[in-house]
Amino acid sequence: MNQPYLKFEQVGMSFRRGQMATEVLRDVNLRIDQGEFVSMIGHSGCGKSTLLNILGGLLQSTVGEVFLEGKVVDEPGPDRAIVFQNHSLLPWLTVYGNIAIAVDKVFGSRKTKAERHDWVMQNLELVQMAQAKDKRPHEVSGGMKQRVGIARALAMQPKVLLMDEPFGALDALTRAHLQDSVMEIHARLGNTVLMITHDVDEAVLLSDRVVMMTNGPAATIGEILAIELPRPRRRLELATDPEYARCRAAVLEFLYSRHRIPARAAA
Amino acid sequence: MLAAKAATSVAADMPVPGSTAEIVAFRPPLRPAAERIAAAARHAVSVVLPPLIVLSITLFVWQLLCSEPGARLPPPTKVVSDAWDFIVHPFYDNGGIDKGAFWQISKSLGRVGIGFSLAAVVGIALGVLVGQSTWAMRGLDPIFQVLRTVPPLAWLPLSLAGFRHSDPSALFVIFITSIWPIIINTSVGVRNIPQDYRNVAAVIRLSWWEVFWKITLPATVPYIFTGLRIGVGLSWLAIVAAEMLIGGVGIGFFIWDAWNSSRISDIIVALVYIGIVGFLLDKLIATVGHFVSHGVSAQ
Repeated sequence: MNQPYLKFEQVGMSFRRGQMATEVLRDVNLRIDQGEFVSMIGHSGCGKSTLLNILGGLLQSTVGEVFLEGKVVDEPGPDRAIVFQNHSLLPWLTVYGNIAIAVDKVFGSRKTKAERHDWVMQNLELVQMAQAKDKRPHEVSGGMKQRVGIARALAMQPKVLLMDEPFGALDALTRAHLQDSVMEIHARLGNTVLMITHDVDEAVLLSDRVVMMTNGPAATIGEILAIELPRPRRRLELATDPEYARCRAAVLEFLYSRHRIPARAAA
Repeated sequence: MLAAKAATSVAADMPVPGSTAEIVAFRPPLRPAAERIAAAARHAVSVVLPPLIVLSITLFVWQLLCSEPGARLPPPTKVVSDAWDFIVHPFYDNGGIDKGAFWQISKSLGRVGIGFSLAAVVGIALGVLVGQSTWAMRGLDPIFQVLRTVPPLAWLPLSLAGFRHSDPSALFVIFITSIWPIIINTSVGVRNIPQDYRNVAAVIRLSWWEVFWKITLPATVPYIFTGLRIGVGLSWLAIVAAEMLIGGVGIGFFIWDAWNSSRISDIIVALVYIGIVGFLLDKLIATVGHFVSHGVSAQ
C-alpha cells in the first residue's frame, strides 16, 4: 500500500524555443492505484497531453520523475500503450495487421505464432471488430478506427492504458457507444487507465477520479474529485442521479468559474 | 436504347407462360444488369470517342498539308506505304544494326531497364538518407539541386571519357538522368512521415531496422513511386538522345540512321513507337505503385 502503482513526483516541464522558455507544467504530484480509471480534464493548452506524453515516455520531463511499479519511466514502451486521439493506424496494414504488428513485436519471443494470432483475434473481438479484420483503415468509419486503436493498445497488455482524448474526433452518438465499450472492457479486464478528455460528462461517467488541471503556463493539478458512483454505470440512469449531478457540477464549477479562460490566468 | 433492347430480348427468352404480370415480376433483377452494360458502353464511348475524333482530324489535316507535290514531309498514307516493311516485319534481323523495330526497341528498353533499376536502388537509398538525417540533407541537397538541372546529354562526353565504352556510358546517362526525381521524392516522403507513426513505432519499441522496413518504407511508397514515374519518363527521353550519339542497335540510333539515309517515313513510325512505349512505361510504374501501396497512391 505504501508503494503506489503509478506515481508522478514533482513533475515539471518547460519547452525552450530559442531565447523563450515556456513552463508548461510545474509540481505535478499524483498517485494512481492499480485498476483505477483516472481522467484528466482541463482547458486546452493546460499541458494535460504533455503530462500523458511524459508518462508515455514520448517526452522527457525537465524536472521530477514518473514511477511505474517503482521504476523510473524514461522511454516509450508497450507497458504504457497509448490510444492516440487520431487513432494513428498504419494505412497500408489491415485492421488485423495493425494489431499484429504490435503483438508480434511485444510477444514475439513469448508466444507461438498460433497464440499470437489467437490473441490478435481475441482483442479484435473485445472491441467488436473481428468481422472487419481484413479491411484497411480507410475502409472503416472513424469510430471503428478508434476501436482498432483501443484494441491495439489493449493487445500490448499494458500496465497503464493511456488515452489521449480518444473520442474527441468522433460524433456524439459514436462517442457514447465507445464510452460504453470502454467501461465494459475496464470492468472485464480491470486495467489501470489514464484518460485525457475535455468532456465533463465523459470524465464523470467513466472515472473513479477526475483530475482537474489549472490553466497554463506552469499548469498543475488544481483539484482531484473522487466519483463514488457504483459500477456498472448506465448513462440513462445517471442522467437523473443526484450524485452524478453533484460531481458534474463540481467539475463544471472548477473549469468555468474558478479557472475560466486560459488568457486571463496568464495576464 | 441498348438497355431497353437487352431487357426485352432477355424477357422474351424467358419461359413465361401467359400473362404479362410475370414479365413485370422478372424485370427488377434484369434491369440493373442491362443498365450496367449500357452505362459501361456509354462510358467507353465517351472515353474512346474524343481521342479518336481528334486523331482523325489531325491525320486528315496532315494529309491535306503534305499531299501537294514538293511537300517536305510525307503525308500519313505515304508514311504507311513507305514504311510498310518496317511496320509489318518487326522481328527481322539481317545482322549488324539492320534489325526490326522489336529488336531496336528491346535494346533501348534493356538499357533503360538496367540504368533505371540502378537509379531506383541508389536513389531510394540516398533519398531515405537525406530524408532521415538533417546533416545529410544539408550536405547533399544543394549538390543534388545543382546537378539535377544538368541536361542528360551533357553527361555523355564525361561518361565516355570515364568508361571508354559506349554501352556503359549510355547506362550511366540513364542512371544520372532518372536518379534525381527518385532521390528528391523519396526524401520528401521520408520527411513527411507523420509523427503519429513514429510514436506508434516508439511505443511498441521497433528497432531501427524494423522502423525502416515496417514504417518508413511503406509510408514513403506513394512518394517513391511518384519519383519512379518521373524518373522512368526522363530515362526514356534520355536513352533516345544518347543512342543517337553512341550508335549501334537501339531505337535512338535507328532514327539517326534513318535520317542519314532519308527514310523520313521510318522516322515517323519510330516516333510513334517511342511515344507508345513511353506511355506504357509510365502506366506500368503507376500500376505497380498502385498495387504496392495497396491503392493508397493515386494511379
